[in-house]
Amino acid sequence: MRPTLAFTLAFSAATLFAPLAHAAGASDTDQERNARWQEIAKSIFGDKTIESTDTLVKIEAPKRAEDAALVPITLSMPDREKIKSVSLIIDDNPAPYAAKFEFGPAADTRELKLRVRVNNYTDMHAVVETPDGKLYEAKQFVKASGGCSAPMGMSDEEAMKGMGDMRMKFAEAQPGKPVEATLMIRHPNFSGMQMNQVTRDFTPARYIDKVTVSAGDETVFTMTGDISIASNPVINFGFKPDGKAIKVAASDNQGGRWSHSFNAPSPTN
Amino acid sequence: MTASSGHPTRSGLTRRQSLFGGLCLCCLGTAGLSPRAYAETFTMDEVGPGIFIRKGLIADADAQNLDAIANIGFIVGENGVLVTESGGSLADGQWLRSEIAKRTDKPITHVVLTHVHPDHAFGAGAFVADKPVFVGHAKLKEALDARGEFYRKRLIDLFGEEKTGPVVYPTMAVADTAEIDLGDRTLVFTAHGPAHTTSDLSMRDSKSGLLFPADLLFVERIPSLDGSLKGWLKELERIKATGAAQAVPGHGPVRVELAPAVADLTAYLTALRDETKAAIAKDVPIDKAVGLVAQGQQDKWKLFEHYNRRNVTVAYQELEWD
Ligand SMILES: [Zn+2]
Ligand SMILES: [Zn+2]
Repeated sequence: MRPTLAFTLAFSAATLFAPLAHAAGASDTDQERNARWQEIAKSIFGDKTIESTDTLVKIEAPKRAEDAALVPITLSMPDREKIKSVSLIIDDNPAPYAAKFEFGPAADTRELKLRVRVNNYTDMHAVVETPDGKLYEAKQFVKASGGCSAPMGMSDEEAMKGMGDMRMKFAEAQPGKPVEATLMIRHPNFSGMQMNQVTRDFTPARYIDKVTVSAGDETVFTMTGDISIASNPVINFGFKPDGKAIKVAASDNQGGRWSHSFNAPSPTN
Repeated sequence: MTASSGHPTRSGLTRRQSLFGGLCLCCLGTAGLSPRAYAETFTMDEVGPGIFIRKGLIADADAQNLDAIANIGFIVGENGVLVTESGGSLADGQWLRSEIAKRTDKPITHVVLTHVHPDHAFGAGAFVADKPVFVGHAKLKEALDARGEFYRKRLIDLFGEEKTGPVVYPTMAVADTAEIDLGDRTLVFTAHGPAHTTSDLSMRDSKSGLLFPADLLFVERIPSLDGSLKGWLKELERIKATGAAQAVPGHGPVRVELAPAVADLTAYLTALRDETKAAIAKDVPIDKAVGLVAQGQQDKWKLFEHYNRRNVTVAYQELEWD
């Protein structure tokens, strides 16, 4: 049995304040970090062994984030044939399991970018699963703090304006080559940790929990997301166009459902 | 209960203080000073008749400087004293209050909260007992609701609850314009649209003609964008249109010629806007854009590196949906 994201959430809710209690996350030893990772990995992947890799997946992240509420992450997975899925885990976030991407036949996995929140000085792990079910991990340390509880620059009401609007941009297409695309979704992705002082209450978590992108009849990826994804999610990905429309279906944990269709770029001759 | 075991905040503070102290000797040049003595090394400049301003440090808030990083001060009128900016912490505000007491017996009747940022808002607690009118932008309450506690926690982490103080709310909300009459002089307020933040309030003194744009005008220190880039450029036009010759910026020298200062700020914000737009148009992702945009401005501003990357991040999010 492979624990689902929902399972992990239950786990992280129980330990919600454990990472925060490490006020001095900066001074944790490698050993402490490693122990934490072992615990998280076990909750997500069970007893499966995870080998480290520096070829199957690489994480690129700023060493010190300028804005903890928007930390850009790049996952590079050059060997498409060897990648079934990738999970991004931000060890010290209140809900460490940030996202999981399961790739379909239309995916080009070489470069995947997303923006996340980082709540503490933390290790980040990318774990890829190969088609034969093996797991490989890469790690990156990031300095940032307060990303999950950082207030939005606007009122909740304003932040929810246009929720579910989507845009997609395509890089120039070349015949027979995969295309890079940028998917933008308007959504506050409330973390549940942003406090409204009038009510002395937290704005309830409301976040994109699933996004499926397909090119024609073939799936590019399905992303399972969580509160660690930054507001107004933006995902850069690669896909193999077949001339048919690109469809996006997104949902959030409060029952929001949105879908959009975009014209695929036609190769310029 | 002993202080060491029973007061985690305090013992944590002491540890951190020594840490920051050690780290900051080079940049602040304040070795060996206690935070209090440190605050006492500041001076007030009389920048106009009855107008006293303290130059904030060009630094980030830390345990040593008690967030005394903004230009704060007061105006003495016939009927009372108006505080132009309250300070970055309760301790900073208390220091300002003592500076006022050295110079006048008149009551403190008004305290201006120019916008939501902690370096301008947290000194207000020092004046609560004076029962002044706290003047703020009509949107300030909402902004403090969303961020006040968040900022307070961050300051407490730096120098403890006692020196941080409470979140103080405006008691007079300015939605458009307003006037305050101090007897021999009138202060005219303008509430601005989203610019530096969503709660920027500027003020003009009738007696000196000086403009107080607060953080709508940064000099020397790199501006920080936290409202709307396009809005800020628009509001700078209104600042210019006041026709004021000189101004007291929120950061930098305590008194400057307005036109060249606005021109420098406009040049930075324009570079930020145009180069971010160009990056978006060329599909340069945000993580690359932060290192490329507005680099031509690097030598013109202190603290450029960190804040510029942050500003690009904010600008990118505003402009990518255009
Ligand atoms: Zn400021
Ligand atoms: Zn400010």
